Amino acid sequence: MSAETKEREPLFSAKNMKLVTKPLNMDNPITVQVLGICSALAVTAKLKPAIVMSISVMVVLAASNVVVSLLRNGIPQRIRIIVQLVVIATMVILVDQVLKAFVYDISKQLSVFVGLIITNCILMGRLEAFAMGNKPWPAFLDGIGNALGYGLILIIIAFFRELLGSGTIFDIHVIPQAFYDLGYKNNGLMILPPMALITVGVIIWIQRNRNRDLIEK
Amino acid sequence: MNNSNGYILRYAAIMVIIAAALLSSAAMLLKPFQERNMAIEKMGGILDAAGIHGVTTDDMINSFNNYVTEEVVINQDGKVVEEYKEGAKENGKAFSLGLKEQYYNKLQGKPYELPLYILTKDNETVYIIPMLGTGLWGPIWGNIALKSDLNTVVGVYFDHKGETPGLGAEITTDQFKKQFIGKKIFDDKGNFTSIEVVKGGAKKLPKNMQIHGVDAISGGTITSKGVDAMLKNVLESYLPYFNQLRKNK
Repeated sequence: MSAETKEREPLFSAKNMKLVTKPLNMDNPITVQVLGICSALAVTAKLKPAIVMSISVMVVLAASNVVVSLLRNGIPQRIRIIVQLVVIATMVILVDQVLKAFVYDISKQLSVFVGLIITNCILMGRLEAFAMGNKPWPAFLDGIGNALGYGLILIIIAFFRELLGSGTIFDIHVIPQAFYDLGYKNNGLMILPPMALITVGVIIWIQRNRNRDLIEK
Repeated sequence: MNNSNGYILRYAAIMVIIAAALLSSAAMLLKPFQERNMAIEKMGGILDAAGIHGVTTDDMINSFNNYVTEEVVINQDGKVVEEYKEGAKENGKAFSLGLKEQYYNKLQGKPYELPLYILTKDNETVYIIPMLGTGLWGPIWGNIALKSDLNTVVGVYFDHKGETPGLGAEITTDQFKKQFIGKKIFDDKGNFTSIEVVKGGAKKLPKNMQIHGVDAISGGTITSKGVDAMLKNVLESYLPYFNQLRKNK
């Protein structure tokens, strides 16, 4: 073994931090990899459920990444997808139970979507592509990073949908009554999933306009 | 890496056992919290039917205990089996009675017991009857609140397990629920009419029947029929009790 590999890599080395920051922009799971769109459309009508969803995905993704990374040398190749699914499913059920016990209202709003984290492509994608071949700490950071990238987009979408659709931010009215008196109306279309898709489109447009590298030739 | 069948089987077996143990212990630990949330939701539904809105979750148990003055359990002959006035209302028998079993017993022709809540709101007595029925995809349930004349509807509350969003699920909206306010479940001669959920709108009914009908939901025909059947079946079960109550007055 060479001296280089013996030396321990610092916990927050530049390489490790890249795992967290890259998914926020250049490698964003929603806008670049186009994964996890389904829940991005479904739970973003208001900010609060969007944030709870993002936190739930973060917990599930980081924990599953660590668990799979710890097990990676023992997992039999032929059933590795099943093992990954069992790990994700267990985490998702745990999160769902905790939400039901402590934030019941939000858990009702999120309804099936917490359960559907299991089918969120971001999770399987990260486990298969990253956690299976990396140590627990980078895997943990990778999970946090990807969940942050996912959450960031969710929160941006939810912000505009709640503002334009309901005239509120975190259920607090921010559009002054005077606007309504002048004939301003909340845009009911923003509440519906199609406008979330269009919002995602606009975000992708702005992002690619700023990062020319992302534009496919 | 060991990829023999024996290793794979052992690996899978141990993994499943660990996952099962983890999940069942979590479920056991969190159950009391989840049950409390469900109880609070049930209370919210009862208060909502009586037209008491906007009670926060933290405030629910207190408000419920303040508004509800009495919980009654009646049997199939309308006899009062239990009256519960003192103490925390969520401990009453009426509150924990499982409607599903009771209406199943009714269907089988066996004896059954039903709950009833009596509230005092703005110095008026309100009777609240919990309901359970079937929608299109699963159960629907709710509460109906009657004035002390046991005829005029104060309000209703509906919820469902999994009706189609935008169609059947519209029964939970204020727009649908508002229609019930002021409707009557008995006609002028005192015959039970229930409240009909009419496809095509209550205005299709003859003039004198319109007070006993509400509009069904477009595209939610089977759910609407379920609501109609639920109202009829549930209210019918309380008729013997209503008769006794009237006699005693």
